[in-house]
Amino acid sequence: MAYSEKVIDHYQNPKNVGTLDKSKNNVGTGLVGAPECGDVMRLQIEVDEATGVIKDAKFKTFGCGSAIASSSLATEWLKGKSVDDAVKIDNMTIVEELNLPPVKIHCSVLAEDAIKAAVNDYRKKNGLPELKFEESVVH
Amino acid sequence: MLQLPVYLDHNATTPCDPRVVEAMIPYFTQNFGNAASRNHPFGWQAEEAVDYAREQVAKLVGADPKEIIFTSGATEGDNLAIKGVFEMYASKGNHIITCNIEHKAVLDTCKHIEKEGGEVTYLKVKPNGLIDLAELEAAIKPTTILIAIMYANNEIGTVNPVKEISAIARKHGVLFFSDAVQAVGKIPVDVNKDGIDLMAFTAHKMYGPKGVGALYVRRKNPRVKVTAQMDGGGHERGMRSGTLNVPGIVGFGKACELAMNEMKQDAELLSKLRDKLENALLSIEEAYLNGDKEHRLPHVSNISFKYVEGEGLLMGFNKNIALSSGSACTSASLEPSYVLKALGLGDDLAHSSLRFGLGRFTTEEQIDFTIEQVTNTVNKLRDMSPLWEMYKEGIDLNTIEWAHH
Repeated sequence: MAYSEKVIDHYQNPKNVGTLDKSKNNVGTGLVGAPECGDVMRLQIEVDEATGVIKDAKFKTFGCGSAIASSSLATEWLKGKSVDDAVKIDNMTIVEELNLPPVKIHCSVLAEDAIKAAVNDYRKKNGLPELKFEESVVH
Repeated sequence: MLQLPVYLDHNATTPCDPRVVEAMIPYFTQNFGNAASRNHPFGWQAEEAVDYAREQVAKLVGADPKEIIFTSGATEGDNLAIKGVFEMYASKGNHIITCNIEHKAVLDTCKHIEKEGGEVTYLKVKPNGLIDLAELEAAIKPTTILIAIMYANNEIGTVNPVKEISAIARKHGVLFFSDAVQAVGKIPVDVNKDGIDLMAFTAHKMYGPKGVGALYVRRKNPRVKVTAQMDGGGHERGMRSGTLNVPGIVGFGKACELAMNEMKQDAELLSKLRDKLENALLSIEEAYLNGDKEHRLPHVSNISFKYVEGEGLLMGFNKNIALSSGSACTSASLEPSYVLKALGLGDDLAHSSLRFGLGRFTTEEQIDFTIEQVTNTVNKLRDMSPLWEMYKEGIDLNTIEWAHH
């Protein structure tokens, strides 16, 4: 199975690899997946508390090229978005952008889940109720 | 001079040796006869060529040429041996013993046998990938008709104690079949010294063409018979009907002759290169060898690089280096290698493995290049692995509640 050029580019030049200080109140961390499933994604957002806009996003991913590319792309899209808009990122837009084949759709689902988990972690830290999401269909 | 791309997937298939192709060519256009045509020179030539190849193949494994049944490959050989014995010896019993790291061609055939009313015991292997002889012997019952244990494993390269297995089989009057695809042509295999009654092997794993293989069926002490699985012209002593693939068989014969002459020097060279590769890669932190260091093929190494995922790792260099991963993502299924899991590896290690299979044309420059590329990619991916970061911080990954997908 050949990877799309966009996946290869994100794999070779991943954007925003790194770690934010999770002890800070304005940093939300989402850790999803499991080593047994062959992919684990950690996605972090740093929010400008005055505006509610995500000013930085970082990821680290254990997984295949599509999982790495999905999380790399997600961090790019997150920067500059408001926290409320961030949770509107749909996994299918990641699939389309990266031309992921059907067997790799779960990678995009994982990225979407990581975003939601990071946002909820931020909300929890700041005394906001956690958002409820429908269970993702594809796992 | 470094030649790219590097092919290190010789357990999947090997290139044809040019000398093999050269031997085959006349049998496509000039000597194209049907080996079963008895009444003209075209047929005679083809028959002669097949007879000669049968001798070359038999010689490599210490068999009599009459004991070689040509097939389309090892999958057919596995099917013919297991189903053929099950049907032929139905009056003696219906129990077959095999093990859980056999090739799918054996495991799925055994599952088919179970549907047909047979009983199959799947022995578990030890953590080093070898079968436990005491467990094997304990599994034998009065109804046991066949022991089906591979000679060498395709993923980890471990070589089973074949002589000891056959001694147990003999002692209990049970037939012993071995899928020897990975071993024949790579290490000395002798059906008499090894005490094998039936053995499947194939040309394309030993620098011959795809689509041709052989099933060895013992004719003496004991005389073994299998029920044919295809009806037709009664070729191959009635055990395998179908017009013989003459060019393929000629190529197979040539490949066997070359292996006979060059196996020793190939094995010496390849084990040196393999050891160089393996020692360098095992010097990477948290890298582990899968299988057994002593009892294994000279050209195979299977290594897990903890905290990086196999398919992601392959992507770092798969334009230049062809390798297989034990990780599920490479195949359609999402399960990691059943062979590695059978050794007791956790899913995390099973997902992190690469199989290196060297071959006759592998060069030292290619090995040096592979060491460099794999090392760099492991380091790069660990820098972006959350698991590596946790490991480095001293967090026990088993204490984390993972959201299972």
